[in-house]
Amino acid sequence: MNVIEANSLTKRYNGVAVVNGISFSVARGEIFGLLGPNGAGKTTTILMLLGLSDISDGQARVLDHDPVREPLAVKRHVGYLPDQVGFYDNLTAAENLRYTGRLMGFERSEREQRIKSSLGHVGLGEVANNRVGTFSRGMRQRLGLAEILLKEAQIAILDEPTSGLDPQATAELLNIIRDLKNRGVSVLLSSHLLERVQSVCDRVALFSQGNIVLIGTVPELGRQVLGGGFRVEVEAQGQGLGERIAAIPGVQRVEPAGANRFLLLADHDVRPEAASAVVAAGGRLLRLSVEEPSLEAIYTRYFQTHEGELHAA
Amino acid sequence: MRREGSALHGFGVVTLKEIADHFSSILVVVLVVLVTATAIVVVSLGLAPIKESTAEDPFLFLLLFTRSSPLTLPLLLSAFLVPLLAIGLGFDAVSGEHNRRTLSRILSQPIYRDALLFGKFAAGLFTLTVTFIVLWLLVIGLGLWGLGIPPNAEEMARALILLLITIVYGAFWFALALLFSIVFRSAAAAVLVSLGVWLFVTFLWPSFAPYIANAVSGSGDILGLLETQQVFARLSPVVLYNEIVAIVLDPSVRSTQQSMLAGLGLALIERGSIPGAPIPLLQSVLIVWPQIVGLVAGSILLFVIAYIVFQRQEVRA
Repeated sequence: MNVIEANSLTKRYNGVAVVNGISFSVARGEIFGLLGPNGAGKTTTILMLLGLSDISDGQARVLDHDPVREPLAVKRHVGYLPDQVGFYDNLTAAENLRYTGRLMGFERSEREQRIKSSLGHVGLGEVANNRVGTFSRGMRQRLGLAEILLKEAQIAILDEPTSGLDPQATAELLNIIRDLKNRGVSVLLSSHLLERVQSVCDRVALFSQGNIVLIGTVPELGRQVLGGGFRVEVEAQGQGLGERIAAIPGVQRVEPAGANRFLLLADHDVRPEAASAVVAAGGRLLRLSVEEPSLEAIYTRYFQTHEGELHAA
Repeated sequence: MRREGSALHGFGVVTLKEIADHFSSILVVVLVVLVTATAIVVVSLGLAPIKESTAEDPFLFLLLFTRSSPLTLPLLLSAFLVPLLAIGLGFDAVSGEHNRRTLSRILSQPIYRDALLFGKFAAGLFTLTVTFIVLWLLVIGLGLWGLGIPPNAEEMARALILLLITIVYGAFWFALALLFSIVFRSAAAAVLVSLGVWLFVTFLWPSFAPYIANAVSGSGDILGLLETQQVFARLSPVVLYNEIVAIVLDPSVRSTQQSMLAGLGLALIERGSIPGAPIPLLQSVLIVWPQIVGLVAGSILLFVIAYIVFQRQEVRA
């Protein structure tokens, strides 16, 4: 079942389409990534889904509610972590969450219990009574996730959750996001940092100038755009290995990469076939490695080939 | 198109949080203390002259508000203290949420924007009201202690009207500051523009208005000209407040034109009335009823404009 459905969603400012008829859906328990450069329409899409921005055209359904007509029902079950989330610096972490809990209408005892457990869960239990003014960027982002846990949201919408974080804080945050998924929360996240997002997303949609240009799992997109995208490196000694390797089904191209080294471009992971081909030819297999298609490569390649069309459009 | 749920869901929560913010804000506490202390000093300074000169006045207690020197309390309130406090409370009400990046997070909770804005307005009004009540009680107490006579019922009623009008006047300035905090993303811009408007309507407009009136009114009729001048001057809330206060606090004043005519060396004498004789409270209120309505309407109008601008504003920066 889909928790988010967007159908030809469009947003115009003064006649200019910032989001131009995009359609996508997010399944329950899925982590879905909206990827693209800044200004491609990701945040606008998110605001429309939350009912915080009017929809110019098309429809959105969030948990089977219309964000325009039933924004309260949507916002009650959707947690939102805005880009560079802000909290009241003069209040403590617990007080900030208490305000949210009151706005949600939780009873006192339930509220306090939820605040305690959600802060503990994101690793802020120790600093619950410290003023947020003293928090680092990473701690604020985690506090934002604690707020989503507090709401027991069914959908978490995270706008650029990892931007501006150091690698360790990023890793911690991605772990919490994976944990959200394990709790059955569907996650919609936007980012312009491709490789970090690749590791958590089940499916992604690539944005460009208000359009979704590609949508699917990362390997799918790899096949679509790179015509494969798996780069398998084989290092082996033996006679006539090049021809045998090239004959493996799924291998599109073999490039010699120095003495006894071959670089294979394939549409899937051909390591097992390559290994048996080397062994069958009586060769000595020294090394075998695979590089999965990276979003970075897909993205760059896509825009290299489509740049002309996009500008023409 | 109907929206689900009440527009005011969460209103109480926002209001309580904002009130707590006001009273824990150093800026607000300093302003409240400053306003109260200034008022007390001014009234204290006026005590001695009142005791000496006019023991015969039937409305001795009201002199506390009208005859302290060198500035009277209402004049001080209208020109400085109320605008200052109200602008201090409101100048970053909405822009602060933008700049702290809390606005989109709060609006993603199950509340409408209405609740946030109404809550902020109610909290500001509450803080102003509490401050003015405290101030009022202190002045009354000071009067009891300094003059040694209790006010009569009518004096209390007139003083109470002063309190209510001051609260409405505060609401006007708070609504103005709130509007600018929505229009301008930068708190500094909101403060500067609010203070600019304050200086303009308080100090410049009353002197400009006659010139504009002269230009507009073609006739040589001096009374007609004076009336036109008054109409223009009344576009300033400061003028409205001062006119209301002058009538309500002084039962012997029968018309807002009285002081104007006195300036020309004329006296306003109605048939069958004794000049200088006090008129009943209700009559005083009726004389300035248009001004009262004008002040209330101005406050509501400003808040409605603020509301519309806020509803149409995009959440993102």
